[in-house]
Amino acid sequence: MANIGTFDEIRGNDGGDAARPEFGALGRWITDTPPAELDRRQKAAEAAFRQLGITFAVYGEEESSERIIPFDIVPRVFTAPEWDRLSEGLVQRVQAINAFLSDVYGERRIIADGIVPPELVLNNPQFLPTLAGTQPPHGIFAHICGIDLVRTGPDEFYVLEDNARTPSGVSYMLENREAMLRLCPELFEMFAVRPVDTYPDLLHETLRSVAPRGSGNSPVCVVLTPGHFNSAFYEHSFLADSMGVELVEAADLHVDDDVVWMRTIEGPVRVDVIYRRIDDEYIDPLVFNPDSVLGVPGLIAAYMAGNVTLVNAPGTGVADDKAIYSYMPEIVKYYSGGEAKLPNVETYRCREPQALRYTLDNLEKLVVKLVDGSGGYGMLVGPTASKAEIETFRAALIAQPHRYIAQPTLALSTVPTLTESGVAPRHVDFRPFILSGANGVQIVPGGLTRVALREGSLVVNSSQGGGTKDSMILAGPARQSMGSGGMSQSMGGMSQSMGGGMSQSMGGMNQSLGGTSQSLGGTTRGIA
Amino acid sequence: MLSRTAASLYWVGRYVERAEFTARLIEATIRLDSLSPRPAGEGAWESALLVTAANDAFSASGEERSPANVSRYLTLDRSNPSSIRACLDAARGNARAVRTALSREAWEAINRAWLGLRDRSSVSGGPGTLTLVETLKAEARGFEGAVHRMLRNEGSWFLMLGAAIERADNTARLIDVKYHLLLPEGELVGGVIDRDQWTTILHTVSAVNAYRLLYPNGLRPGQVADLLIMRGELPRSLAASTDEVVNLLNLIGKRTGRQGEADRLARQRQNALNRATIQGVIASGLHEYLSAFIIENGRIDQAISQQFRFA
Repeated sequence: MANIGTFDEIRGNDGGDAARPEFGALGRWITDTPPAELDRRQKAAEAAFRQLGITFAVYGEEESSERIIPFDIVPRVFTAPEWDRLSEGLVQRVQAINAFLSDVYGERRIIADGIVPPELVLNNPQFLPTLAGTQPPHGIFAHICGIDLVRTGPDEFYVLEDNARTPSGVSYMLENREAMLRLCPELFEMFAVRPVDTYPDLLHETLRSVAPRGSGNSPVCVVLTPGHFNSAFYEHSFLADSMGVELVEAADLHVDDDVVWMRTIEGPVRVDVIYRRIDDEYIDPLVFNPDSVLGVPGLIAAYMAGNVTLVNAPGTGVADDKAIYSYMPEIVKYYSGGEAKLPNVETYRCREPQALRYTLDNLEKLVVKLVDGSGGYGMLVGPTASKAEIETFRAALIAQPHRYIAQPTLALSTVPTLTESGVAPRHVDFRPFILSGANGVQIVPGGLTRVALREGSLVVNSSQGGGTKDSMILAGPARQSMGSGGMSQSMGGMSQSMGGGMSQSMGGMNQSLGGTSQSLGGTTRGIA
Repeated sequence: MLSRTAASLYWVGRYVERAEFTARLIEATIRLDSLSPRPAGEGAWESALLVTAANDAFSASGEERSPANVSRYLTLDRSNPSSIRACLDAARGNARAVRTALSREAWEAINRAWLGLRDRSSVSGGPGTLTLVETLKAEARGFEGAVHRMLRNEGSWFLMLGAAIERADNTARLIDVKYHLLLPEGELVGGVIDRDQWTTILHTVSAVNAYRLLYPNGLRPGQVADLLIMRGELPRSLAASTDEVVNLLNLIGKRTGRQGEADRLARQRQNALNRATIQGVIASGLHEYLSAFIIENGRIDQAISQQFRFA
C-alpha cells in the first residue's frame, strides 16, 4: 500500500499543482496568495492563540510547560457527499461502541456468542469489574467519542483509533475556525462552509439529556478538570465557559450519602452531570488509585447509586483499547446487523502466534503499537525507524506479544501545508467528535485535522511535533458571490442529488460561472 | 459561584491592583530620584522599599541599595512578593485557574501583561523601567475596563472587592511611610525636597491635579493627608476604598443571601471614618491611626475569606 502514489486531498492523485476540480478555487487561492502573506496570517493566528492561552504541555519537557500547537493556515476541506458518507459510518460505529459497553457491563452476550474472546474484555486493565451490572442513566456510556480517521484515496477512509474515554482537541476545532474566519474571510466567500460553533450548545444539550431521572428540568452540569497544570486545561475551561457551566476541581466537590455536591459561596449545590476530564484511574481514590488527589472520594458510589451521570461513564476504555479495536468490524456487525461502513486499518494481533510471526518478519514495513499506549508514545514506525529501534521493539514483542498490535504503513493522504520552503504536501489525519445523548447521536460538521509538519513524517501527535488545521465541511459546491437565499437552497438540493462523478462537471461549471444570477439560474435548471 | 472561584477572583483583583501600585510607586520614585540631589535620591528608593514592606528582605539579599538594584528588585525579582513580576505571576496563576469566570478581555489583559514581562531579565536602566511601568499601567487600565464590562454579578464584584481591599492597604502604607513629613501640622511645606516628596506621594496615587483642584491654597501636609484619607472623591483614598468595600459586600450579600462578619466590620470602619476629622487623626497620632487601619483591613480580609469559605 505504501508504494501507491500518495493521495492529496486538495490536489488529487496526479501530484501536479492543479487542484481537484471541486476545489479549483482553493487551489488558485493557494497558488495566488504569496507564501509571505500566508506566513503573516499564520503568525497572527499563533500570536492570538498565545494571547488567549491556548496552550498544552508536553510531558517530560521542562522548558515547554506552555506551548501552543502549531497552526497551519491552509485548510483541509471535505465535500458534502464525503462528509455525508463519513457521518453515516461514524454514527454506526459510535452506536456499536455504546451497545458493546452496555453489553460487557451487562449481559455479555457478545462474549457468550463467541465474537470477542472473554479474556480480552474481562482481563483488560481498562475493564472495571466493580461496575459490572451498573448501567449509566439512559444507558449511554460513551457520550463523547473522538474517532481518528485516516484517508488513502478519494473514497478510502479508515478508522485508525477510537477514543471513547476523554477525547480532547475539540477546542482546536473551534478556535482554528475562529482564526480562519478572521484571517482568511475570502475562503468563506468562496465556499459555503458549515458552522462548527454549535458544538458547545450541542454538548450542553447532550449533558442535560443524560441527567439522572428526577433531577428536574434544569439539571446542574459541571466540567471536572484535574486543574490548571493539566495539559488540556485550556480546553476544559473553554468548554465550561462556552456552555456557561462551572469548571470544578475535585476539591470543589464532595459526596454525601451518595449525592454529589459542589462548594459554592451560597452553600452546597447538588450536581447532576459531571463532564469529567480526569481518567478513570484517578477519579475516585476510594475505588481506584488511593493516592489520587485529583479524584472525588465516593464519586463511583454516587454513580452506581444512579445519583449522578459521569460523562463519559467510567470503564469505557475497554471499548477503545487497541486490542479490542481489531475486533471492531465484528463488533459493529454484531450490534448493527450490517457491515461496518467505516473499515478498520488491517491489524495484526500479536497475541496470535501467526500474526506475531508475520509482524516480526516485517517490522521494517509495519507500524507497531502498544495496546495501551497513547499520544504517539510506545510506537514503532517501521519504515522510518533506525535498526536499533527496530531491534528494541523486536525484543519487546517477543517478551510480551500480547501488549502489541501491528498495522501496515498506510500512504496517508496529504494536504498542502505552509512550510519553510513554501506550500508543500504534508500527511494528515482527522478526528471528528460524536455526541451521544438521550435523544440520539449528533456530529458537528467539522473536527480536528492534525498534520505531521515534518516532511514525510506520518506521526501527527501534538506531543511529537504535529500541528493542526481548520477542517471545513462544505454545505454544497463552491458558493457564488451573488447567491441569494432561494438559489443556495436549490444549490444544496443539487449537491445532495449529485454522485461522485458529477462533482467533476460541477467544478468545471464553477469556473465558467461569472457569478451572475441569470447564468447560475440557467445552469441550475440544466443540471436538475 | 464556587468558593474557590470567588477566592481566585478576589486574589486576581488584589494582585493586579498591587502590581499597578508598585508600578506607580516606581514611576514616582524615579521622578523623585531624578529631581533630588544626592543622597536624597537614594532615600527615595529606600522609602519605596519601605512602602512595599520589602526593606528587610532587600537588606537580607546583601545587594547594594543602588537605584538600579532597587528598581530591578521591585519590578522583576521573583523573591520579592510585591514585585510586579511576582504579582503578575500570582494574578495570572489565579486567573488561569478560574478563567471561565473572567471575560476573554479581562483574561487577555492579564495574560498580555504577563507575557510582556515573562522573558525580561533586566530593565535596562531608568528609561527601560519607565517603558515597562507605562505598559503595565496600560494593561492594568485595560483589565479594569474589561472588569467593568463583565456581567454585574459575583464575578466582577469579587474582582473589585479584592482590588478595593488591596488599594486601602497600599494607600495606607504609602501615607504611613511618609507620615513624619506631615509634621508639623498646618505649616506650609518648606524646601524643595519636601515639596518633591509630597508631589511624589500625589503622583503615586495619580492625584496631583486633583489636589490642586480641591485645595487651591498650595501644598500643605495636613491637606494631603485629608485628601488621601478622608476625601471620598479620590478613588485611591482610604474613604473611597472603605465605601467601595461596603457597597460590594452589599451587592454580593443581596445576590447570594450571605452577609456576616465582613459586612459588619466594613460598615463599622465606614462609620468610624465618617465621624473622624483629619485634625483629630493627626492630633492623636497619624502613624498609630494608619497602623490600626492596616490591621483592621487585614481583619476584614480574613472575615471575607471566612464568610465566603475561601479556604
